[in-house]
Amino acid sequence: MHKYIPNTAEEIREMIDAIGVSSVDDLFSSIPEEIRFKGRLNLPDKMTEQELDKYMRELARMNSSTDDLVCFLGAGAYDHYIPSVVNALTSRSEFYTAYTPYQAELSQGVLQAIFEFQTMVSEITGMDAANASMYDGSSSTAEACSIALVNAHKRNKILISEGLHPETRKVIRTYMSGRDAVLEEIPLKDGETDYETLAAKCDENTAAVCIQSPNFFGIVEDMDRVGEIARENNAAFIVNTDLISLGILKPPSESGADFVVGEAQGLGNPLSFGGPHLGFFATTNKYLRKMPGRIVGETTDVDGKRGYVLTLQAREQHIRREKATSNICSNHALNALAATIYMSVLGKQGLQDLALRCANNARFASEKLVETGKFRLMYDKPFFKEFLLEADEDPAKINERLLKNGILGGYEASRCYPELGKGWLVAVTERRTRKEIMDLAEKAGGTL
Amino acid sequence: MSKLIFEISRNGRKAFELLSTEIEQRTAAELFPEKYLRKSPARLPEVSELDVVRHFTELSTRNFGVDSGFYPLGSCTMKYNPKINEKVASYSGFANIHPYQPESTVQGALRLMYELSESLAEITGMDRISLQPSAGAQGEMAGLMVIKKYHEKMGKSQRNKIICPDSAHGTNPASAAISGFDILQVKSNERGMVDVDELRKLVGPDTAGLMLTNPNTLGLFEEDIIEIASIIHEAGGLLYYDGANANAILGKSRPGDMGFDVVHLNLHKTFTTPHGGGGPGAGPIGVKGFLYPFVAVPVVEKKGDTYFLDYDRPDSIGKVKAFYGNFLILVRAYAYILSMGAKGLAEVSNNAVLNANYMLSSLMDVFDVPYGDRCMHEFVISGEKQKKMGASTLSMAKRLLDYGYHPPTIYFPLVVKEAMMIEPTEAESKETLDEFIKVLRKINDEVEADPDMVNHSPHTTVVGRLDEVKAARTPVVKYDFDGDAQ
Repeated sequence: MHKYIPNTAEEIREMIDAIGVSSVDDLFSSIPEEIRFKGRLNLPDKMTEQELDKYMRELARMNSSTDDLVCFLGAGAYDHYIPSVVNALTSRSEFYTAYTPYQAELSQGVLQAIFEFQTMVSEITGMDAANASMYDGSSSTAEACSIALVNAHKRNKILISEGLHPETRKVIRTYMSGRDAVLEEIPLKDGETDYETLAAKCDENTAAVCIQSPNFFGIVEDMDRVGEIARENNAAFIVNTDLISLGILKPPSESGADFVVGEAQGLGNPLSFGGPHLGFFATTNKYLRKMPGRIVGETTDVDGKRGYVLTLQAREQHIRREKATSNICSNHALNALAATIYMSVLGKQGLQDLALRCANNARFASEKLVETGKFRLMYDKPFFKEFLLEADEDPAKINERLLKNGILGGYEASRCYPELGKGWLVAVTERRTRKEIMDLAEKAGGTL
Repeated sequence: MSKLIFEISRNGRKAFELLSTEIEQRTAAELFPEKYLRKSPARLPEVSELDVVRHFTELSTRNFGVDSGFYPLGSCTMKYNPKINEKVASYSGFANIHPYQPESTVQGALRLMYELSESLAEITGMDRISLQPSAGAQGEMAGLMVIKKYHEKMGKSQRNKIICPDSAHGTNPASAAISGFDILQVKSNERGMVDVDELRKLVGPDTAGLMLTNPNTLGLFEEDIIEIASIIHEAGGLLYYDGANANAILGKSRPGDMGFDVVHLNLHKTFTTPHGGGGPGAGPIGVKGFLYPFVAVPVVEKKGDTYFLDYDRPDSIGKVKAFYGNFLILVRAYAYILSMGAKGLAEVSNNAVLNANYMLSSLMDVFDVPYGDRCMHEFVISGEKQKKMGASTLSMAKRLLDYGYHPPTIYFPLVVKEAMMIEPTEAESKETLDEFIKVLRKINDEVEADPDMVNHSPHTTVVGRLDEVKAARTPVVKYDFDGDAQ
């Protein structure tokens, strides 16, 4: 028998006897003969642990990781440093081998950690409440659109800035395809959402305005202005943001956001080829009872002792079935735990320092790249940790050259914005040193 | 009572350090216009690194996972999460790769995804797999949207009804609704299975499809599945398989052979990826070939010896998540499949079903068993008899905590009163099952002798029974910093 299955031949015999059948096969007699699988599945041969380890190591070695390459690639997934305490603590199996904390008395650890996560997200975004997390930034944004739509009664238009991550916009389209929604994209003007077009299109039929700041090109949007346009038209204001940026940038709550959502992978979670990442979702008290996903609340036990439970479950799909606004069950609790530990490590000052360092590094890198004479800043607007350059050369060529020099270059903007033919989006986190940035400028400049 | 991390915060303490730098540092005010700046900092805790370690270590001791003890949570497949899976998922070549890296630098990752897809296709009897969905619920949405898109493509957009059994998990109708379908519910018959005559009355030119889990939520194999499939197909609909209960059928029967057109799998159930305290999971879907053009974009394809992401899929439903899937979960699941092999996977189902039947046969004389004396990988008993004696299923579940067990799933499926749904999995030994059986029988005796004691359980946990009504009525969902200052 396989090492993950403890039953011995003798025990199997005893159990069969106790059940009153003559063989294990008899237990499968309810499967009609015609659809019983005969023979053996055509799968790779079983590997021992050592063989498996070797094979997986070989596959891993076929990839170049950010240990091998100096990463200047962002576009929605960021190479931030993860302090050792994060993995040391998330590796405690009482956390990671547990199910969703339905039995509160036995799950106070994860429930309290989620309560702390909710507090930190609320605090950073300035919102009244946050949920236990979502799959990723794209689904949390799409879920915000759903709630806004469902609660806007007859209004069915959602205005989406083209500064929102292209993949997030695609995910919103998919999520909205089952609903009576009209999605309209608002173009960018000089790297910011075109506020005039937005104001012109926002009307009494608009359920929500959805914007990202810092946007896909790293530019900080004029949130007050967008918030005002939304408010004047009684549309919900959905802001997708980077929590790290809020170490120095104004929280969206102050611009009147109804929903603050986004991707929080950068907080203690690895790039992991795009998943699992961490969606967060924060809102105002007005929408608390409409929020999707799981929410942890504080309460007391029979002796008055403080404790935590999953709460407001009447919103959820397992109770409301087809009447639920969202079908989400699981969240990304373990990623949220990593983020909670990471944010605890950061602390009040650390979050500000981290944000400022990213902004300074990005600024420095942009200056050095522009100094080569081969790049120009596409837009002259304040940016956070990422910026868009117009290159003389085809960015694909630049990236090829950089790769040969051990550098993972920026995102080729034309992949999603064909009009930005030679746009090159460079991300610079706190991990990058002066030397690495100088090296990037030199190699990207193409003189070597 | 455990302190919140905010309650151990001290001004000026820190656990964070930045890299030293030779780059000139400007202030936020020099970098951004005044109106964009944050005025007061977010009150994250100020703690030392050891504070962080002690705090979260303490929290972990107030938690219970599969590694802590028996966790027979029905429908959740709480089986052992092998350590080698965690190890391989942490390899830098998997964990530290960017989703937008050039494909030439992630061939190992793409190959893993491709091979996993092939394996899952073989296990489910489907033609192709899409690995993108983040979880079962997202897989359901993706699969249903594939069905929708297919009908539209065939010029049959009037097919807008999805049929779900009354025993289905609430997520099924919720997923169908958000995917734009109306939901029809089909009754279960006296054997706990889809009532075929009722089903026949429900189908018609508006039928888009049927969602079914098989074995169903009662732990029973839908014996009429062939007839069910032909009713749906003849009506022009498609069959959707909810893979929540796939642990019963590995190498035994394949959804593709049963007649299903779309399948989702919960890799965090059947394929041992850890539940993480509520996620992340992964919910890949499998489809028959004619539906492959519609799955989420991109998919991993192979040309010669090179793997690539195929975006050129005009009929695709689009994207359900950013990037390609919960990759590190996929790594773990593939590690599991490789460590089991075909024979090992069949042994999984053999022993999962054996263990469940053994438990069922050992509990039938004490608890009501609404649907027959056999089951697949899990079974549902009713606590109605015990409720009459004075203690509900909830109380018995709480009493189990005192004995160091995670309780079974309770009050589900809805078609059974006072339901208790038990799934032992293949990973547990007979001794563990015997102990648990003994305890459940003992609790039954306790209910008989002293229901109040059971009603006041748990007695030994770090907190007693918690006031859920209070939590929902006056929600406190974050720490009150100002309350602390008073």
